[in-house]
Amino acid sequence: MSKKPQRAPLEYSKSFRLRAWIAGVLLFLYSPLLILIAFSFNDSKRNIVWKGFTFKWYVKVFENDALREALFNSLIIAVLCTIFSVVLGALAAFVLWRFKFPMKGLLESGLNLPIVVPEICMGVGVLMFFNKIHWPNDLPWPISLSQIVIAHITFSFPFVAVVVRARLESFNKELEAAALDLGASQWRAFTDVIVPHMTPGLIAGALLAFTLSLDDFVITFFASGPGTITFPIKVYSMVRFSVTPEVNAASTIIIVLTLIATAVAMKFQDTSPNKENA
Amino acid sequence: MPDNLASQKKSSVVKDETIIKIENLTKRFGKVAAVDDINLEIKRGEFFALLGPSGCGKTTLLRMIAGFEVPTEGKIFLDGVDVSNIPPNKRPVNTVFQSYAVFPHLSVFDNVAYGLQFDNISKSEQRDRVMAALEDVKLEHLAERKPDQMSGGQRQRVALARALVKRPKVLLLDEPLSALDAKLREAMRFELTELQDRVGVTFIMVTHDQDEALAMACRCAVMDRGRLMQLATPSTLYEFPANKFVADFIGSVNMFEGKLILDEPDKAIVEVEELGGKVFFDHGVLGAEGGQIFVGIRPEKIELIKRTKDMKKPQMEDSPEDCNVFAGVIDNISYLGSESIYEITLDNGRRMQVSRPNLSRWDQEDFTFNDEVWLGFHGDSPVLLQN
Repeated sequence: MSKKPQRAPLEYSKSFRLRAWIAGVLLFLYSPLLILIAFSFNDSKRNIVWKGFTFKWYVKVFENDALREALFNSLIIAVLCTIFSVVLGALAAFVLWRFKFPMKGLLESGLNLPIVVPEICMGVGVLMFFNKIHWPNDLPWPISLSQIVIAHITFSFPFVAVVVRARLESFNKELEAAALDLGASQWRAFTDVIVPHMTPGLIAGALLAFTLSLDDFVITFFASGPGTITFPIKVYSMVRFSVTPEVNAASTIIIVLTLIATAVAMKFQDTSPNKENA
Repeated sequence: MPDNLASQKKSSVVKDETIIKIENLTKRFGKVAAVDDINLEIKRGEFFALLGPSGCGKTTLLRMIAGFEVPTEGKIFLDGVDVSNIPPNKRPVNTVFQSYAVFPHLSVFDNVAYGLQFDNISKSEQRDRVMAALEDVKLEHLAERKPDQMSGGQRQRVALARALVKRPKVLLLDEPLSALDAKLREAMRFELTELQDRVGVTFIMVTHDQDEALAMACRCAVMDRGRLMQLATPSTLYEFPANKFVADFIGSVNMFEGKLILDEPDKAIVEVEELGGKVFFDHGVLGAEGGQIFVGIRPEKIELIKRTKDMKKPQMEDSPEDCNVFAGVIDNISYLGSESIYEITLDNGRRMQVSRPNLSRWDQEDFTFNDEVWLGFHGDSPVLLQN
């Protein structure tokens, strides 16, 4: 008989087979990214053989004016998109949480549409929309980014609304009643009690909107005018000629930015006060 | 009916002035009347309880006094002023909510100070009043704590201090003890009545727990399906229930349908088929003419006498022969420590409850399962009830 202590039925984490399976899944998920990051430090023009460690591709990225301009455009678009998405998303979430009105169900599912509609359809729709209303194509920078910003807001703010709405579900309505009871006006009760409760959802939603906007390719591709270029589109155009480690370096920068944003978002969701309703 | 029973005067601060007057108050949600034509008056300094099963409208009534619901009909007067349509933030009334609703992102001090910023008083006075309120609830040492570092009992104290610091004319408490564990609940009963006595503010408490209401309130309003069933002191509610609902809801009672066969100013006899005998009242019963009548008898007011074969039916000394004594067999015993409850099956199959205090440490065994017993009660024990 084996001397190994018996595993209890629910101690899955001790099972070797399960661990191996998890390792396989993680490998499958992350090896492309790890290879991409690793080769951004490769001292070779080609992405096949490892020749040695270097930072030169990162230097090249920052010396590439067109790429830098594209990154700057992307950041401006992402920041603007985040601000508008948070305001619109929070308002939509609040209205759907607080009020009952006719056709509410329709509005609610309509709001989720941009989340489920394929991006390519959204992209074509956006293109046709701007054509139909004769949106000028020759606006000066940075106003020329407005098409992309508007397109990004339309698909980002529903994500914010969903996150904030979920957060509001855990709000104890007696807190608002207590504020009113103690003399606060409706508006003060909102800003003093409801907004602090919404805050973790607002931050998480903002970071979600930021990353969605920063790395969007498909919709941006359709929405961008001839003169404007964003980071993902620039990277795509570089790849069309050849995949140089410069592209790897640029992609790594985007990955790091996205990871930081996601980590911050998760941290805020974690530290949200959970015991308040007890 | 005598209203001079002990345990009446629970608060030394009750004054004979009306602070809240409720007139023909009705609240309908759609077609359902949650509160149905209620009239009552609450005295200044009183500890008042609204008691009833869930869905009886007690919380809706409380929310109307607080201002969170607008009455469909009727009026609420606070200190002579009609407040029916005044919003909650303009009413000199404060509430301790069932969930306590302590603001989670504010410290204890800031929680208590929150309501004072709307009251046009200086910062230093605010500080003094907050600290005084925290002292009242014995939390002055925890002023800087955040609510998530506190127990349920402590959070309740914060909620109390936060409401009392506003010096309301009336403090409303919504199921104040329901979220606490049994031991703490009992301790808080005494503490709340002491606090009320000390601050002298009128307290109105909503509860579904009759023990809580009886233990704490000067007077209770018992409600059922939106209607006021009885408004009385706790002992009156228990000993002189006005109707079948109150008798049933407050404490336990053995209830039988009966027929009045003798109705005189100083005595009455009711024939009770379910008991297979007659019940004698040594006092006149009023308002019993017509309609269904019921006889209620509390379990602790019944005596048990051992019954042996061929034993003659005993007679209660204050009742005529053949009244108020019935034969039965002990079916079940629940031992509760301070008392035991005996389930007794009468000869005709009807079950009754009898309770006896376990006065001695040694005689607990004197009645046991399947013992044959006589059940007897005095002529002043049963109560005559109508629907």
